Amino acid sequence: MSKLLEVREGSCHLLMGNEAIARGALEAGINVAAAYPGTPSSEILENLAQVAKVRNLYVEWSTNEKVAMEVAAAASFAGLRSLCVMKQNGVNVASDFMLHLAGSGTRGGMVLVTCDDPGALSSVNEGESRHFARMIEVPLLEPGDFQEAKDMTRWAFELSEELRTLIMLRSVTRMSHASGNISMGKLQDQLRRAEFRYDGFILDPNEGPVLSAPVAYKHGLQQGKIEKARELFEQSPFNTYEGPEKPELLIITSSACTLYSREAIHLLNLGGRVGLLKLGTTWPLPPNLLKKYLTLTGTILIVEEVLPFLEENVKIIAAETAKEIGIKTFYGKNDGTIPMTGELSPDLVVSALSRILEIPYAAIDPAYEKKAQAAAFFKAPQRGLAFCPGCPHRASYWNIRNALTLDDRQGFVCGDIGCYTLDIFPGGANTLKTLHAMGSGTGVASGFGQLSPFGLDKPVMAVCGDSTFFHAAMPALVNAIHHRANITVVILDNSGTAMTGFQSHPGLCINAMGQEAPKVDIAKICAAMGAKVAVCDPFDLPETQKTLNRLMEDEVGVKVLILNQKCGLSPEKKAVKKYDVHVDENLCIGEDCGCNRLCTRIFRCPALLWDKEKEKARVDDVLCAGCGVCTGICPQAAIVKEVA
Amino acid sequence: MIVKKFKLPSDPYNIIITGVGGQGNVMASRVLSNMLVNRGFMITIGETFGASQRGGAVMSHIRVSSKGTWSPQIPKGKADVIIALEPIEAIRVLAAYGHPGVFVLANTRPVYPVGVITGELNYPSREEIKLSLQELSAQLWLIDATDQAIGLGNPILTNIIMIGAFAKLGKLPILLDDFIKVMEQTLTGDKLEINLKAFTLGMEALET
Repeated sequence: MSKLLEVREGSCHLLMGNEAIARGALEAGINVAAAYPGTPSSEILENLAQVAKVRNLYVEWSTNEKVAMEVAAAASFAGLRSLCVMKQNGVNVASDFMLHLAGSGTRGGMVLVTCDDPGALSSVNEGESRHFARMIEVPLLEPGDFQEAKDMTRWAFELSEELRTLIMLRSVTRMSHASGNISMGKLQDQLRRAEFRYDGFILDPNEGPVLSAPVAYKHGLQQGKIEKARELFEQSPFNTYEGPEKPELLIITSSACTLYSREAIHLLNLGGRVGLLKLGTTWPLPPNLLKKYLTLTGTILIVEEVLPFLEENVKIIAAETAKEIGIKTFYGKNDGTIPMTGELSPDLVVSALSRILEIPYAAIDPAYEKKAQAAAFFKAPQRGLAFCPGCPHRASYWNIRNALTLDDRQGFVCGDIGCYTLDIFPGGANTLKTLHAMGSGTGVASGFGQLSPFGLDKPVMAVCGDSTFFHAAMPALVNAIHHRANITVVILDNSGTAMTGFQSHPGLCINAMGQEAPKVDIAKICAAMGAKVAVCDPFDLPETQKTLNRLMEDEVGVKVLILNQKCGLSPEKKAVKKYDVHVDENLCIGEDCGCNRLCTRIFRCPALLWDKEKEKARVDDVLCAGCGVCTGICPQAAIVKEVA
Repeated sequence: MIVKKFKLPSDPYNIIITGVGGQGNVMASRVLSNMLVNRGFMITIGETFGASQRGGAVMSHIRVSSKGTWSPQIPKGKADVIIALEPIEAIRVLAAYGHPGVFVLANTRPVYPVGVITGELNYPSREEIKLSLQELSAQLWLIDATDQAIGLGNPILTNIIMIGAFAKLGKLPILLDDFIKVMEQTLTGDKLEINLKAFTLGMEALET
């Protein structure tokens, strides 16, 4: 049984931040949850999907973040409580709808959870979602520990209903993917019936149509809601102070940085000298509360990740109240005390405090550190990301690279977002030459495909995953087809949203709740749009390469090649070896072969090794997934497979 | 509760479990932490597993406390124990979180980084790894956990063997019964049985 269904109030469980957020939503009695998967946010909806049946929820993996927010908003308009979840850059995708939703207002409680990834631990951007709260004018909450992640989520729904607006709750990787003891609250049953009222007066928030017009009027209402939030936040129990009455220095922080700051104060033994103001309601900031604590001292350190959001907003309040609170010295990101990029840690807060207060601190004994650094440098070779053993993408990129080489016109590939992004890393084939947002590979290729009149004579290719295809590549593909862009789009269909943990998408016959669902056929969509479509199995190396070369030679319009092969970690394939693979040592002639170790130097499968002593290739049985693809690359046919 | 009498060697007591994507690092940290939660401790886990299945290094930071929640990132130089599912990952972690008093339990079986496979980087010999780990720790246990797991029929049991070895170390009050209690929540029959065997093998590995 899922821990999220625990009915004993006050019982203690170890929950991940994302599980705590999901539990908070259940305690708020939500009816609907919608999301698009993205690290570090995905486990929230996954956990809700697991209990959907028992808790009578509707849960879906939407095609993208904007649709997720629209689906959740409909539930709110019908008076239900709803949650939508996304990673930081997902908010960019949803932001157009979000702007209009702020204008129209909500009915049933509606919460947007965004999980930012400071340091881009699993992202290709270091986006900051908090500015959307200020820009779009919706209240923003940031939990400072795991218990708060749960409690704040529950409260956010009440707040949303009180203010009649979307509430944004921002987590970060070290909150979402960290775990702690959580005391459970009451699991609330949903007793609401969905009813959408639209026949009332146009300005009636309960009975009228849900619109962002008349704009000036609705915008004014929205700003009134922010004013109301500002007043409510003055009394919020999620804003706390710990430390002496007259601190020498005041740290103002939020989110996981609260835990780093507290630890740094502990490490430097500064409990009697440094105060910690932890803010849970970070937009709009409560000015009287800030004034009260800014008065305590002249030296302020603001500790936060990604952009200086708190810092700038606190400084505005400090400027406006300068006559009363006096002139302050601020330390933070703007003066370089806190790094402007990358994630923070207790050590970075220690180093900020030790610089400002001139306290020496050495984390590690210098003699030990020197030895340890040397050992790591010489004996712990860097571990570059690589495609997993059995990954279809390794075979796909092998085919793409060989096709480009054979084509010999210096063709290149526009990249996209998914596991196949790893082509840019040491484990990849290094064919991707642009890499941006979801769906951008096809969009950018569509643009390159128009440049031959200006002299661009290189063949243009794009890659795109199956989930990415539905998310954002479809409009780009329509654009390319309508404008006759000369491009080849390779759809790497591995039957799931693999990078984030194998969530379902419209191309599969199952939905988030495990129910049977109509499969939307990518090949048929592309053909209906007007592309020339071919389908191959990337594990069939000769056929795939031949098809790719044929498509690249056809210089009229958009060609689509769909490469179908399930992810090696998919439930059907995981731990199932199709083939037993080994190297026949009599056939492998090692360095004498002339292939220059094609198998290990170029193919780069973690399970296919080079035995230095024997000077021959070797298969690691523990790691090998048994896909058998490597048997097709050896010029000596020394890699042998047998049906397992 | 027994924990009332048990005094942590330090509070928080800091454990790092490290390895390579796919080795069951996160599962090991959950199992160990749930055993400790059942014993009444406050646990904070921080995990780096964004690209965990894709050949990257994975690390779980576990803070065991009787006081409260700590940072999900252990401060530099403050690990008390390092449990490495892959031997060179222990060296990597020591460079950032080690100190002369740290205990290290390391599996001996290498997972080669892609740079080693291509021939661009060098992977140290077993003897070189041993010397480095000895030099950088107060005490070192090298355990052939993957070989033992293969003996049990599945290399994925490596993580459980390593957790069993850590339990035997006796730094924290965790016994076979604590492990059974946690595993019974999710497993039954043969699967439970084989996990218990792995845990016991791990405990024995530390005795010899």
